[in-house]
Amino acid sequence: MPFTTTKSAFWKGFRDGAPFILVSGPFGLLFGVLAAEAGLFVHEAMIFSLSVFAGSAQFTALQLMQENAPVLIVLISALAVNLRVAMYSASLTPYLGAAPLWQRVFAAYMTVDQSYALSVVQFEDAPEMTVPQRMAYFFGTNGLVAPVWMIATFTGAVLGSQIPTSWGLDFVLPLAFLAMIGPMMRTPAHIAACFAAIVTALLAAGLPYNMGLIVAGLVGMMAGAQAELWFEQRKLRLEAVQ
Amino acid sequence: MTTIDPTTLWTVIIGLAIGSFGLRFAFIGLMANRTMPAWLMRHLRYTAVAIIPALVTPLVAWPSVTDGVTSLPHLLAALVTLAVGLLSKNVIAAMASGGATLYGLLYLIG
Repeated sequence: MPFTTTKSAFWKGFRDGAPFILVSGPFGLLFGVLAAEAGLFVHEAMIFSLSVFAGSAQFTALQLMQENAPVLIVLISALAVNLRVAMYSASLTPYLGAAPLWQRVFAAYMTVDQSYALSVVQFEDAPEMTVPQRMAYFFGTNGLVAPVWMIATFTGAVLGSQIPTSWGLDFVLPLAFLAMIGPMMRTPAHIAACFAAIVTALLAAGLPYNMGLIVAGLVGMMAGAQAELWFEQRKLRLEAVQ
Repeated sequence: MTTIDPTTLWTVIIGLAIGSFGLRFAFIGLMANRTMPAWLMRHLRYTAVAIIPALVTPLVAWPSVTDGVTSLPHLLAALVTLAVGLLSKNVIAAMASGGATLYGLLYLIG
């Protein structure tokens, strides 16, 4: 269906983004609860969610701060987890790069997994969309996800301060990370990266300043990149044979 | 559990806010017409999928709740979460199964 107005593009994005509140709601709630358990005040958890607006990076930072990791390691690790948004930004540029600067500033802030995934598919499917329509669709995808994330963080932070430590929520964060891994395994190269990172993390666990994490992350990235090259070359060879 | 020092917390929040925005703005805002080298993009594709397992592995192998002693309920809960996530691609379903496994086993074993 072609868009007649930027308004209809916004509401299409709004509807397409709606199901994702089932992810951002529980995760915002979990972040609030775990932040409160880690000793953060409600306003601290809120400013964290509002200013950073990146779930997996926030969880990473929270975990490492509790382990008393050096600030530099916390920042490097959390930003590394979030490096994928730089790729999203790169891949949205051909579609949104011509918009006014102030819109691109807001779009950058709103670049998250859901808005990127929905928008790229929409923009590819409907090349006739104008730049303002694309921008409207992009903001629409965040119309529910972003407010729900903030409200959920707030609710979680308020509830979390009332949950006794005896509930043993310490292991919930590791489970949240593990749950995020499954959907990331899109290709054999992703599995190779994950496996190499796990093995290296076990071997390098004794390194000081949580350096084991950085080393294991780098080894995993290199394994993923090499595996991708290997699988591509194998595919080319197989095609050449046929 | 140790409390987080306020200076550390605010340094991390401000650093992450600036850093995350920088990552998001890098291309759409500044590098409109430039492309990144293929080898770099190829490595960047695997950052999250390498860092998250690297972060979580020691937490599973030596849980802080048990003071670092490897524990069967935690290990099994981790495997169930990972497996359900892989099979269903559903983050919430994976977490719920893992949580149920953990609390179920802790209740049974005591």
